[in-house]
Amino acid sequence: MLAVLPAVTGQLGGAGDSISQILSILFYVIFIVFLFYGQRIQMYVMIREVEGSLYKLKYIKDEGRRIAIETIKELGKPQTDPSARVDRYLDYFTISPQSMDPAGIVYKLDHILDVRDTRLKDEVKLMAPASDEVQVNNLENTLEAAMALNYIYKVVRHYYIQGKKTLSLYIIMQLQMILPLVMKEAEAYASALKAFAYGQPIGDGVGPLVAAKLMHGYETRKVPKDCVVAEVPLEGRTALIMKAEGPGGNVGKPGDAIKAVIEENKGKIAAVIMIDAGLKLEGEMVGEVAEGVGAAIGGPGVDQYKIEEALVDYHIPIYAVIVKEDIGDAVSPMRKEISDSVDKVIERVKSVILERTKEGDKVIIFGVGNTIGIGQ
Amino acid sequence: MSENSSSATTKISTYLTMIVLIVLALSMVALISSVNLFVGGNEVAAGYLLVIGLIAMALSLYVMVQSRKRIADMKIEAPKVMTTIECRKCGFKSVREFQRGDFVFKELDPCQKCNEKMLITAIFKEVREREKPFAF
Ligand SMILES: [Zn+2]
Repeated sequence: MLAVLPAVTGQLGGAGDSISQILSILFYVIFIVFLFYGQRIQMYVMIREVEGSLYKLKYIKDEGRRIAIETIKELGKPQTDPSARVDRYLDYFTISPQSMDPAGIVYKLDHILDVRDTRLKDEVKLMAPASDEVQVNNLENTLEAAMALNYIYKVVRHYYIQGKKTLSLYIIMQLQMILPLVMKEAEAYASALKAFAYGQPIGDGVGPLVAAKLMHGYETRKVPKDCVVAEVPLEGRTALIMKAEGPGGNVGKPGDAIKAVIEENKGKIAAVIMIDAGLKLEGEMVGEVAEGVGAAIGGPGVDQYKIEEALVDYHIPIYAVIVKEDIGDAVSPMRKEISDSVDKVIERVKSVILERTKEGDKVIIFGVGNTIGIGQ
Repeated sequence: MSENSSSATTKISTYLTMIVLIVLALSMVALISSVNLFVGGNEVAAGYLLVIGLIAMALSLYVMVQSRKRIADMKIEAPKVMTTIECRKCGFKSVREFQRGDFVFKELDPCQKCNEKMLITAIFKEVREREKPFAF
């Protein structure tokens, strides 16, 4: 088409001959430029796209840092400016244990995660001396979200600069291809950060919310680590309802807690039911409830391992009820659909208990997830 | 490091705006000379220049609007988070905006009607679904 045009202009030129000639030369030049430099032009377009996202990532990251520092100043009332400490915190890293000989790696990982948790909490206490237990937990979560944003920004920037330095289409192309998913994750962390800073319940908290609703009004006691349990009569059975201790941002250690409660009861537990937020596929509705078997719990896998180990020792069946939501919903303030699904989940749990256990049995019901903004 | 990359990005974006401005200027020239040619009686060449000028102008305006939109996209909109307060005794229910310190199952001031303590029963955000539902 482009090649035909100048010929036509040439024929019909008439008095505007010189202009037609200029036009046809222009068309040839454009044609040749695209022929030889098409890929390079495409690359610059991609670089520009990545750049736009990088700008946005930088903005999100800086905003996260700003909110974190502001919240620390507001809640912790530090004597000195916490900015430098926060910057150091944002670069904090964790080295996972060596897996060449994987025997016993779960407990090594568990230990390292414990050390990390204690270290970060102590750091928060130093930054924000006036904050109470709940606020320390929330601030730790806030800073962890800021840490994740900082890391995402640095990695994307690394590949962007590397791509520009080498002018390699493939480095830039890979970055540009995964960028939509990366941006979605970054936005999720950004909204998580705000929710943590204000202490608002997040979508992941649907498990603790169900547990809280079941145990509210009954006496609770603490179990290791950072969890609570309440004995509640439910459909003629005794339900041991468990969740992480709220309302601070906290997931507890469900593995240790379930193991402790099973051992307290000498293994006489008819069933364990876990309630958690589950990742939905595109096209599924937010707040849909689904049911299955197995230990419904995310994270690094330490808790899932411990729960499975304890259950195998005593041959206890395990059932799971999940509420569908996507990653963005899971870490941002809880959506109404998710909050409204609590009653549906309770109905499901009751039907599982009625079908799978006998009257007088003891069952454990664990609401897994971050209990930020949810008491008991 | 970060300064380095941000200065590189500004360089590229000024480069781009320069190109856009040049294309815009060229399209103006094309349009003006098209008018001149039309007055001079050469309608065919005038037509071509008109088409080229319009296309170039549309393209540059599109790129400009697009980069504006990108800046507008930067702002992350946060829907309001609401708190539902209920009285367990008389069923009185109210919804207000979230305040720092609120949490689910927190006891608040006594109810206005009876003297039972009010309870936060839900904290949620309402999202207006923007995406169109698919047919499947
Ligand atoms: Zn009342």
